[in-house]
Amino acid sequence: MEKSNQTKVVLLACGSFNPVTNMHLRMFELARDHLQDTGNYRVIKGIISPVGDGYKKKGLIEASHRIEMAKLATESSDWVTVGPWEGQQAEWVETAKVIRHHYEELLAAERNKDEVDTVKIGKKRRHEDRDGWAHHGRTGVPQLKLLCGADVLESFSVPNLWKAEDIAEIVGRFGLVCITRAGSDAWKFVHQSDTLWRHRKNIHLVKEWVTNEISATHVRRALRRGQSVRYLLPDPVVQYIREQGLYTAESEEKNADVVLAPLQKYSEGCN
Amino acid sequence: MASRVPLVLLACGSFNPITLQHMRLFELARDHMHQTGQFQVVGGILSPVSDVYGKQGLAPARHRVAMARLALGNSDWVRVDDWESKQADWTETVVTMRHHYNQILEQHQNTAGAPQLKLLCGADFLDTFKVPGLWRDDHVAEVAGRFGVVCVSRGSLQPDRAVHECDTLSRHRNNVFLVREWVSNEISATEVRRALRRGLSVKYLLPDAVIDYIRRHGLYTWESEQRNKGAVLRPLAQQGAPPETLSD
Repeated sequence: MEKSNQTKVVLLACGSFNPVTNMHLRMFELARDHLQDTGNYRVIKGIISPVGDGYKKKGLIEASHRIEMAKLATESSDWVTVGPWEGQQAEWVETAKVIRHHYEELLAAERNKDEVDTVKIGKKRRHEDRDGWAHHGRTGVPQLKLLCGADVLESFSVPNLWKAEDIAEIVGRFGLVCITRAGSDAWKFVHQSDTLWRHRKNIHLVKEWVTNEISATHVRRALRRGQSVRYLLPDPVVQYIREQGLYTAESEEKNADVVLAPLQKYSEGCN
Repeated sequence: MASRVPLVLLACGSFNPITLQHMRLFELARDHMHQTGQFQVVGGILSPVSDVYGKQGLAPARHRVAMARLALGNSDWVRVDDWESKQADWTETVVTMRHHYNQILEQHQNTAGAPQLKLLCGADFLDTFKVPGLWRDDHVAEVAGRFGVVCVSRGSLQPDRAVHECDTLSRHRNNVFLVREWVSNEISATEVRRALRRGLSVKYLLPDAVIDYIRRHGLYTWESEQRNKGAVLRPLAQQGAPPETLSD
């Protein structure tokens, strides 16, 4: 089904993944189906990027474990992978920076490919590199889009959580694929934000017809109460949690009284 | 632990196809029964309905049984039983329960040490008890009184009301266990079939092995969904309760 006028897309999902659930994995499947159904895109890769420990969210266990679980969860997928870079950083990294990092990697990969067949397209490529933001993807370099739930779209309006220029860069330069529940009105958030509205053509809302509210919070609660989480997470992840003894009453108290890193950072000087 | 009553859970349904949600209900029910402190769940039986049930889009029983077996291949406590699926006519729930309970008794020789058998169902199934003419009173008494019911409900349905509104169920309320599913996880087999015939991904809704099986056998197409279209469900033609304790 490959057509030359289709734009290649890589989907990047940032989050705690504490732990990764079937619902997280499902989001990738829904997003790919939706984008490819438009006929304009071909989704070639998905990246799960677990947040670093510096994010300081309550109950957030070590990134090394969260990365490992995401790797186990994506073993059976032929297109979704884990990007460990964000999780390996000592300090919390803004999402815009994470996206830039992965975009650099895509550019580098494309450059390597170019070196192999420089003779054929060398000059043409160098010319296209000077193209502006919005044009990437039409060339050999895929577009990189942030995959998220409606909660992220909603969080854009929470004071001190996001930098305004980061939101503009994420939706303007890259693009957003947002999974929304049937019945939720995600366009309302787009409508209420001038930035989002300006870049609305770069925002893809994907409707999830089957409610699937497996939240990681619920999973952790069940785990520390000794209840089964089987079939909510992939089997290898359930096994890993058991072997490593993760998610206890103690681990849930981590960062209990700590302010979330972005709130700490962006509210500095305000109070 | 020694004083706990051993228990086997039985779920009947189309399983067309089996989804992670069906398997999840067994896990929820087992946790709940263990938390009562009175029971030790020693097994689960998943019993796919036979082809004569006549539901629209119902794939042949041999496929539904094969998929369920693949899905539960690495469960250490739930197994698939094809007895009901092989019956020439549709089987009333109470008849299926009797069959499995007799099997259990045979294995245990004496009634004293044998596990109890309870029906695992969804709240929509419990609702059928109050529909006039659908159930024979002695059957309700046998299902709820002699055996027992474990009902897992999704947020919106009120299983306690279903118990309240049926005198026989109400009489046996001590043997009706209501389990609340806090996470709504409405993977319905209907939605799965819809996605499949539209060529959309169903990964993470069904086990990978089941998806492979569906692809290999070319199940769930536009054509297969037309099967039994317009037909009256077998139990309705004969008057009786639908045999699906776990619906889609």
